[in-house]
Amino acid sequence: MPNSASDPRHPAAAPLSGPPATAVAATATAASGAPATAAGASADTAGAPAAGLAVVGAGPAGLAAAVTAADLGLRVTVLDAGERPGGQYYRHPAAALGAEHPEALHHGWAAFASRERRLRAHERAGRIRYLSSHHVWTVVRDAAAAADGSGEWLLHALAGPEERPVTVRARAVLLATGAYERQLPFPGWTLPGVVGAGGAQAMLKSGLVLPGRRVVVAGSGPLLLAVAGSLAAAGASVPAVVEAAAYTNYAGRLPALLRNPGKLVEGATYGGALVRHGIRLLTRAAVTEAHGTDRVEAVTVSRLDRDWRPVPGTARRVPCDALAVGHGLVPQLELATGLGCATRTTADGTAALVLDRAQRTSVPGIWSAGETGGIGGAQLALAEGELAARSVAGRPLPAELVRRRARLRAFADAMGAAHRPGAGWTGWLTDETDVCRCEEVPAGTVREAVRDLGAQDARTVKLLTRAGMGWCQGRMCGQAVAALAGCAPGPDRRPLSCPVPLGHLAALPAAPGAPAAQLSQPSPPTPEHASDPSSEPSSDRPAGGGSAAGLPADR
Amino acid sequence: MSDPRDLVRGTPDATFTLDFDGRALPAQSGQTIAAVLWGAGIMAWRTTRQGGSPRGAFCGIGSCYDCLVTVNGRPNQRACLVAARPDDTVTTQEGTGHAELGV
Repeated sequence: MPNSASDPRHPAAAPLSGPPATAVAATATAASGAPATAAGASADTAGAPAAGLAVVGAGPAGLAAAVTAADLGLRVTVLDAGERPGGQYYRHPAAALGAEHPEALHHGWAAFASRERRLRAHERAGRIRYLSSHHVWTVVRDAAAAADGSGEWLLHALAGPEERPVTVRARAVLLATGAYERQLPFPGWTLPGVVGAGGAQAMLKSGLVLPGRRVVVAGSGPLLLAVAGSLAAAGASVPAVVEAAAYTNYAGRLPALLRNPGKLVEGATYGGALVRHGIRLLTRAAVTEAHGTDRVEAVTVSRLDRDWRPVPGTARRVPCDALAVGHGLVPQLELATGLGCATRTTADGTAALVLDRAQRTSVPGIWSAGETGGIGGAQLALAEGELAARSVAGRPLPAELVRRRARLRAFADAMGAAHRPGAGWTGWLTDETDVCRCEEVPAGTVREAVRDLGAQDARTVKLLTRAGMGWCQGRMCGQAVAALAGCAPGPDRRPLSCPVPLGHLAALPAAPGAPAAQLSQPSPPTPEHASDPSSEPSSDRPAGGGSAAGLPADR
Repeated sequence: MSDPRDLVRGTPDATFTLDFDGRALPAQSGQTIAAVLWGAGIMAWRTTRQGGSPRGAFCGIGSCYDCLVTVNGRPNQRACLVAARPDDTVTTQEGTGHAELGV
């Protein structure tokens, strides 16, 4: 990240690594006539032309889309929450960790490396503006531009550790926001040493660390095989991979498998790694309890019936000092649902975006690619990113690329159906098991809200119990609460995709119905703003964010 | 046990120590605070607001907020996202991290 962005003393000195900046000030001269505040002053150059395309997310889909769109002549701004491109799949150590062979922890690293090279080349040529550590928290239609029919979008982001407000304007938006892990709670899952399977993988890929020496990997889905293989290769002992589904579930979906020999080879590679490291694969089984006082010391593994109910008398204790657990992935949709994009329920039981053959959402001007359209993996994300970019650029869609996407989607659907959680998994929960980790709401309280208070959906349970009201905003408990409420999990609906300092919100112009003249003339950041101590973003933090006085200048 | 660094032939640009609750933990430039703590075998570095239960990194990607920690006096930082820096002082975060507010 550029130094200027990490220095809270100069919030107005934004990175200007790309072409003429596409960011505009989140102006404080709002329609309400509120006095200008510092929060609105720290944007890049005001009045710059909008980007042709803004890409949210620099994982496989976003990266592929950005470089393809730039190849086709579009001016692209990429905003990514991570410090380095790659997203979660191609997550890798910071350069300072000096990894000579980052590809040792990856499948298909060359596909990333070639696109990163193109990203950097386009960046140098001024065709791509790549903004790392920029967390987009909302996307809205630019009311001023809409008035004259130009249909532009405003992307509001928090930049860097100091959460500087940045607003980017673009004519088209591609949401490549990826996914997070689906967690199904069980007794003991809040113990230290119990970590997400994807979390263990992420920490290993970026920080070169392990959660323990003896790590059980459990849950459902092909990610478990990759995680177990990487943990073992990195030096952990993995006594077992505990998979809740039965791999015979794939048998009924042979056509989709046979059309994807590459995926079969990938599966064989993972299988080979398990054999090589002496890792047992237990299918139709689950970790139904984690034991320990200060941290995990052992887990209980139980056989499951077809509905994922534990079979009585099959519980076995497996000693370990860590458990990496996850039950597939959940598309991360809040930016899309905030814009009104239509969703559908996928084969794995999660909500995903409805997309047409050109990767368009139901909202004109908004495209999406990758896991947001249904969990499907990196190869599919790369193909969809390219298709989306070609569509945004108004180019024809290559038939071979369209076929590849269809083939990989079919495989993804087969995979999702095979690993979809059975309804009986709630039998793992005792009334004392915390379902919501943030607000510490036990299953008994959720059950009471459903049984005695008449809650029939996750939202009502949330209002009655606070489950989903904490820091993570239901990302960890949402699927479980919906299951306990007896309803299908809904798509992510969060007005803000991450916590936003109140000062930034207060400084936003009132969008719809606001006088266009004010919105179209954002206040440029001035030297006064930059040197005014009151313009430190930290001073705008809500209670909880720390005060400027207590904030050392180096952070 | 072999080390993950061996797998990728990692030679960090610099090593330093991170102050965690008065302990000096070995850290490598480029690691997050959570990675430094995991590397030292520490899996919990905060307590929950209601039950006072220990928590550490869970999702590893900034989604779950379980790894909140106080860094240089600033509470509620996600340890899995924040890069460790040489003069950092990291402290276990009790509850909200704002006990001084009395709320």
